[in-house]
Amino acid sequence: MQIGQQQSAAKKPLTQIHTLETGPSTRGAGLRRALRGLPYLGVVPFLALVGVFFLWPTYIVITQAFVDDQGAFTMEYVTTVATSEVNLNAFRNSIQVSVITALLGGIFGGLLSWAVANSRRHGMFRRATMAASGVFAQFGGVMLAFAFLATFGFNGLVTLFFSENFGDSFLSNPTWLYGIWGLCVVYTFFQIPLMLIVFLPAVEGLRGEWREANDSLGGSTLRYWRHVGGPVLLPSFMGAILLLFANAFSSYATAAALISQGSPIVPLQIRGAIGSEVALGGAAFGKALALGMVIVVSVVMLGYVFLQRRVSRWEQ
Amino acid sequence: MKVQKKVLVAGMAAASLMLVTACSSTDSTEAESASETASESAAESTDTGAAVDAAMATSAADFGGMDGLVAACEAEGKLNTIALPPDWANYGEIIQGFTDKYGIEVESQQPDANSQDEINAATQNAGTDRAPDVFDLGQAVALNNTAMYAPYMVERFADIPAAFKDANGLWVNDYGGFMAVGYDANKVPEITSLNDLLGPDFKGAVALNGDPTQASAGWNGVMMASIANGGSANDIAPGVEYFKAMNEAGNFLPVDPTPATIESGQTPVVFDWDYLQAGQVAGLAEKGIDWKIFVPEGAVVGGYYYQAVNADAPNPACARLWQEYLYSPDGQNEWLRGGARPVLADVYAAEGTLDAEAFAKLPPVSGDPIVPDDQQVLVGNEYLIANWSAAVGG
Repeated sequence: MQIGQQQSAAKKPLTQIHTLETGPSTRGAGLRRALRGLPYLGVVPFLALVGVFFLWPTYIVITQAFVDDQGAFTMEYVTTVATSEVNLNAFRNSIQVSVITALLGGIFGGLLSWAVANSRRHGMFRRATMAASGVFAQFGGVMLAFAFLATFGFNGLVTLFFSENFGDSFLSNPTWLYGIWGLCVVYTFFQIPLMLIVFLPAVEGLRGEWREANDSLGGSTLRYWRHVGGPVLLPSFMGAILLLFANAFSSYATAAALISQGSPIVPLQIRGAIGSEVALGGAAFGKALALGMVIVVSVVMLGYVFLQRRVSRWEQ
Repeated sequence: MKVQKKVLVAGMAAASLMLVTACSSTDSTEAESASETASESAAESTDTGAAVDAAMATSAADFGGMDGLVAACEAEGKLNTIALPPDWANYGEIIQGFTDKYGIEVESQQPDANSQDEINAATQNAGTDRAPDVFDLGQAVALNNTAMYAPYMVERFADIPAAFKDANGLWVNDYGGFMAVGYDANKVPEITSLNDLLGPDFKGAVALNGDPTQASAGWNGVMMASIANGGSANDIAPGVEYFKAMNEAGNFLPVDPTPATIESGQTPVVFDWDYLQAGQVAGLAEKGIDWKIFVPEGAVVGGYYYQAVNADAPNPACARLWQEYLYSPDGQNEWLRGGARPVLADVYAAEGTLDAEAFAKLPPVSGDPIVPDDQQVLVGNEYLIANWSAAVGG
């Protein structure tokens, strides 16, 4: 809608300029046609960005995963990834962390969205929650890892407090923080606010009239959620969960800053493959691992697109 | 208004396009001028060195002795080094010492780069005057790229033990040391054997420098534990068992130790090269930390760095003069003062030119050092890739 408006509004003054300068002629028509394409120039930087930082690397990963260091075709790396217990375990761990944090983020973020949608429109709670979510959804990487290390790490505030006052407990012995359970806790920290951001519009789309209609026809709260609210929200909810899954699955910096031994998840295995000074030449193997990630994320994204179609039917 | 907005967008697109082309054109002019300078300087050096092709010289004798080498380097006027951190093995002072002695400017590029970056820089900048003249490499990278080195034998080449050099002088070990356990004597009891570290006094206290499948220091730490527990350079498995037991006892810390973690008390016990720890002792003492270094008896695992001359060195004579300086008593003593064990230490100690005070500060070592070779590293690494993750319970 918006784009259409801009185009039609922009067309008029341009034609005026023509009439003033050259008058109607075939040359003018050609120029006019060329100028009509002008707005598409604005898309060029975006397309260039997508091409350079998304399509090109994906192409490299997919092709190079099948090429050995002599440049010949090989299935070796891909087969190793698909059969090695260590690599499969890393994929299992990655998927496990992503599923757990997507569900936790989805449930708590969903409840938070419900609370925000029902709060006063310009109230303090709403504004504070929205602002905080905007910040925390992007609060990842080294900063986030450091925040957790300073709080729950071996010399963390909470750890020292608990070991001095309460003896042995999981808070005084934080080895859990440096494994996949630690990752689950840390990732949830940015998953909940992200859920709020992507899910709130759907919750706000629930019309008050529907609830009123349900109530005036004698429906219970349970009935409303089972037959109206639930079905309307379910596709958006599942879509948001899939987005959270992909978000956690592809996270690297936070895990890299937190875990230095054992490389339990796939992004850390890729780091090991391409950055090892012990075994050189693992770049192609790293690309085979990355290919595995691309496949997992593609499956998830296909699911997301499918659900998005169902959502847009409701939103129309 | 709308038109303006649209024109603005188009203008921005055009501007960004221009920016892109402008950037690339500057790049190419830079590269051109760089290669011009390179060919100029190459021409110069052949002019001045008339009789000598510095890039082919394999010893100072090819220049007619040290004086000839110094003169040839002075004509070049500059040395490019790469990946030499000033606080690593005393490189800050070594570079200063070289400049003071010969009046040659040293351009220390990317001081914090790693070994692979050195090779990459030499490949990418080949033929320009920005390429590194000399390399200081870790074992794996060094032995994988021997085709890029120019053979050169320093004056004392014959005195370097055969295990520490390539017979043709393609590379020579420069400094190194032994795998060791460093610990804060104020926080944990004295360590007399690696098995102490499995006891209850070391709960959540022991860190390994890097994941052994990725970091050479970590790999050698596991190898040391293996040899202390009945393994050998060909068998790293007992080392993995050792760390597994340590992890089950709750003593293993999955934290990468750094001077900062040592200072803050996070990592009171650290497996790392003795020469990397020795350089920190004085600084830690100032902060009230009594850092002790322990090399277990009968489990001495050695690791040395590899010095080599870039075959495509833009300053071939200075690259060779730098080698002479590093292996002279000056260079060797400066490494020693940085806590590293220079390769000619024993030779110069016998001749009385070694800094005896600095030598006495190195941790005592008893037993024959084992230096795992390239093949042993690969075999050990395959075992680690399959078993390390599970052992430390990632």
